[in-house]
Amino acid sequence: MTADLLFYLFAACTLVCGFLVIANPFSLNPVTSAMFLVLTMVFLAGLFVLLHAFFLAAIQVLVYAGAVMVLFLFVIMLLDLKAEERRRLKVFGITTGLIAVGAILFIFLNTLAQAPLGASTTPELEGTTMALGKLLFTRYLLPFEVVSVLLLVAMIGAIFLSKKELK
Amino acid sequence: MSVGLQHYLVVSAVLFSLGLLGVILRRNLLVIYMGLEMMLNAANLALVAFSRFTNNLDGQVFVFFVITVAAAEVAVGLALIVALYRRRQTVHAEDLTCMKL
Repeated sequence: MTADLLFYLFAACTLVCGFLVIANPFSLNPVTSAMFLVLTMVFLAGLFVLLHAFFLAAIQVLVYAGAVMVLFLFVIMLLDLKAEERRRLKVFGITTGLIAVGAILFIFLNTLAQAPLGASTTPELEGTTMALGKLLFTRYLLPFEVVSVLLLVAMIGAIFLSKKELK
Repeated sequence: MSVGLQHYLVVSAVLFSLGLLGVILRRNLLVIYMGLEMMLNAANLALVAFSRFTNNLDGQVFVFFVITVAAAEVAVGLALIVALYRRRQTVHAEDLTCMKL
């Protein structure tokens, strides 16, 4: 019962904050968007906890709400975005965007309503660090190592791209 | 009615649509990037929900990899935006018209 209430609370907060990221009626400032994105990530971590994915909830807060959003805020700070606040959204863009996204959302929900999701079994899975770690270092060892190479490539790419003279 | 897989999938679908709406509506490259992150997060939520309700941990490992790749993507993408700003003094998608005929 409490879990159900918490689900509705977290889901509502996630969606409201997500809406405020993209279309805050009070300010179009990217800093406000970034702050609401942090809130969205944190509430998503709450949903992960409700799904018993404890390790992923911690990673979500550490990596997304922590590292990625600090990176975003650093870049916003480096760029001078004063002029951006005066820009307004165009009516044509809003209508076409709303129609397109509404159509896609309709397709999603329609598919979900018709999908045979099966009888809900009682889930007993626990996404603890130990269970995930065991999988990561046995069956998914090769993808794990490949991802480390990917992170190295991303690091070299970021350093190269932010050099003063881009040749 | 207790909360099941369907509920989580609806939240995921709506969050994905919100992210897509952000990508389409906003013209600021940074906010477009935030919309992309929201779409990735919506996919993650769907994966974790499926993993939980089918008693299969593989979905959560996949989410782990998605988070790692997203972190790499953000690092490179933001470096690109900074490099772009240094050249053109703008991060506004409507000002980038080099490819217009």
